[in-house]
Amino acid sequence: MAILINKQTRIIVQGFTGRIGTFHAQEMIDYGSNVVGGVTPGKGGQKHLGLPVFNTVKEAVEQVGAEASIVFVPPAFAADSLMEAADAGIKYCVSVTDGIPTQDMMTVKNFLRRFAPENRMMLTGPNCSGTISPGRAMLGIMPGHIYARGVVGVVGRSGTLGYEAADQMRRLNIGISTSVGIGGDPIIGSSHRDVLEKLEQDSETKVALMIGEIGGPMEVEAGLFAKEHMRKPLVAYIAGLTAPPGRRMGHAGAIISSAGESAAEKVERLQDMGVTICPNPSLMGQTVAEVLRKAQ
Amino acid sequence: MDIHEYQAKEILADYGIKLADGGLAHTVEEAVQRSREIGGNAWVVKAQIHSGARGKAGGVKLCRSHEEIESVAETLLGKRLVTHQTGPAGKLCTRLYIEAGTDIAKEIYLALMIDRSHERVIIVGSAQGGMDIETLAATNPDAIKKIYIEPAVGLQDFQARKMAFALGLNGELLNVTVKMIKGCYRALRDNDANILEINPLVVTQNGELIALDAKMSFDENALFRRHRISELRDNTQIDPREVAAAEAGLSYVGLDGDIGCMINGAGLAMATMDMIKLAGGEPANFLDVGGGASAERTEKAFRLVLADQGVKAMLVNIFAGINRCDWIAEGVVQAVRNIGMTLPLVVRLSGTNVEEGRRIIADSGLPIITAETLAEAAEKVVAARNQVVAG
Repeated sequence: MAILINKQTRIIVQGFTGRIGTFHAQEMIDYGSNVVGGVTPGKGGQKHLGLPVFNTVKEAVEQVGAEASIVFVPPAFAADSLMEAADAGIKYCVSVTDGIPTQDMMTVKNFLRRFAPENRMMLTGPNCSGTISPGRAMLGIMPGHIYARGVVGVVGRSGTLGYEAADQMRRLNIGISTSVGIGGDPIIGSSHRDVLEKLEQDSETKVALMIGEIGGPMEVEAGLFAKEHMRKPLVAYIAGLTAPPGRRMGHAGAIISSAGESAAEKVERLQDMGVTICPNPSLMGQTVAEVLRKAQ
Repeated sequence: MDIHEYQAKEILADYGIKLADGGLAHTVEEAVQRSREIGGNAWVVKAQIHSGARGKAGGVKLCRSHEEIESVAETLLGKRLVTHQTGPAGKLCTRLYIEAGTDIAKEIYLALMIDRSHERVIIVGSAQGGMDIETLAATNPDAIKKIYIEPAVGLQDFQARKMAFALGLNGELLNVTVKMIKGCYRALRDNDANILEINPLVVTQNGELIALDAKMSFDENALFRRHRISELRDNTQIDPREVAAAEAGLSYVGLDGDIGCMINGAGLAMATMDMIKLAGGEPANFLDVGGGASAERTEKAFRLVLADQGVKAMLVNIFAGINRCDWIAEGVVQAVRNIGMTLPLVVRLSGTNVEEGRRIIADSGLPIITAETLAEAAEKVVAARNQVVAG
């Protein structure tokens, strides 16, 4: 089944006609994603990459049945685009944009909470590489060809580290059901836990891999969820063993600012909760392989 | 982005928060001059560096005469102060803040910050001020009061009153405290600050409520719309390697080890540093060159890593997604040639066009060590570093 996106999902691109939006829209189309158009305010009515351009997300929902959206809008205007997507009835939105102010994300999250859960848009990112259900659809900026289709569900904060994991698994003939990048910012649309809930429900997924890092309480919350509510095994790798406290390691959210936020502390807590820890990033594929073998 | 105490106080003053009389000094003469302007017979000389715990490092001194101010200012100006937050290199003190001495009746802790897990602004207070809040949280968590602010409506008076009562600020001080907390909230919100900490907030013998210290730190992502704040950046407080990196548009964090790194992606960069550590080495830096990694950018990144005199060997780890390994290999070869690099270099390429990339490295005739996996790359760079050190 895969989660969040599949071959039929009707996708639009917000920030469609810009340089980055154009490049990645073409990549997604080439991968086989069902891209049905895009939004650039003021350019409605034009065609771009052979697809319709709309002034508003609402028009895209009404006219081409858009269900999912990917946002390439610059940071200063991105929060507005996310709220527009939610208001228009988009079900799932990926925000690739890096550099959105934290207070803007607070506003976005607050806006999303006003919708009843059944009408609420799911958001992943910002500052993420997107989501891919290999062989079916790509809603992101990842190199699609490194992902093989299979039974491992992946959730991670980092883009390239997710590529590394996909590549290691593919070399061991292990495929992925869906891989979800949730982003490296302090306040993001969905947490590790939110994605694990979906992977637990997914009939295609047999094992989940969580790629976490220093900063924030999210990995430990996900571990608690796995312990109490997941039947599927969870494997985790936490990056940032060498990161000094108080320093931001590239991602706005990757900073150890209070107790429990270092990689070592997270690993210890997760181990206590029965999560299989991948001891180093070179062994993500192998650790998943062993857990898969035991699960089958 | 961090700013100095005196800058934070200037911002707070705009939001109606009461402060002790004070002034900034860049020289010994200015320091004495400021104390004369302030008047009285007791002053506090405070070293302006981007760090807490300045008192323990000798950066905050009570003076009772102009001569004393002169001698304290002479010691502090131009000195590197080492606190438990600065690392062993310390931070250079080029500015002093001279403040009127305050007769303290009560010390309070107050901070506002963005709470990541609640996705809200949180106000944290404790009647036991002057103490390190982390220590207090560990030893006496009940002494800390927390109030979460609903983002859509902002801080309400009743919430500020609740905090005031928890801090024991009652009677005549109640309204003053409410006004003060609301001012702090606006200062945080209007300027896109991540944190505003007043430790201590004091009640004086005269019954006044004064912010005796102030620390503010800001969201880098919001600086594009906070021009007043971005002008407060003080590069003397930042690792010079990081200043150079920021100018080149690279994400760099200087560390204490001797293995230089260039990696694409923050997560992969952290993971690679972990591998170096597991292989027995210590990374000299975190460096994310980003997705683009053009030949020009690669060379800039190389120069930045190698400008660190402590670096004994370098590791490049690139996962080419949208990028292509052959382009990156060409960039690396060009950078090594242009710079005339002599230190050992280990390159691990992965992803799109990897064979092509490896061939370019091999055909270059340069003594570049290649690796296939992350683990192999880390082991090879540590071995190369050990050889350099052994001479």
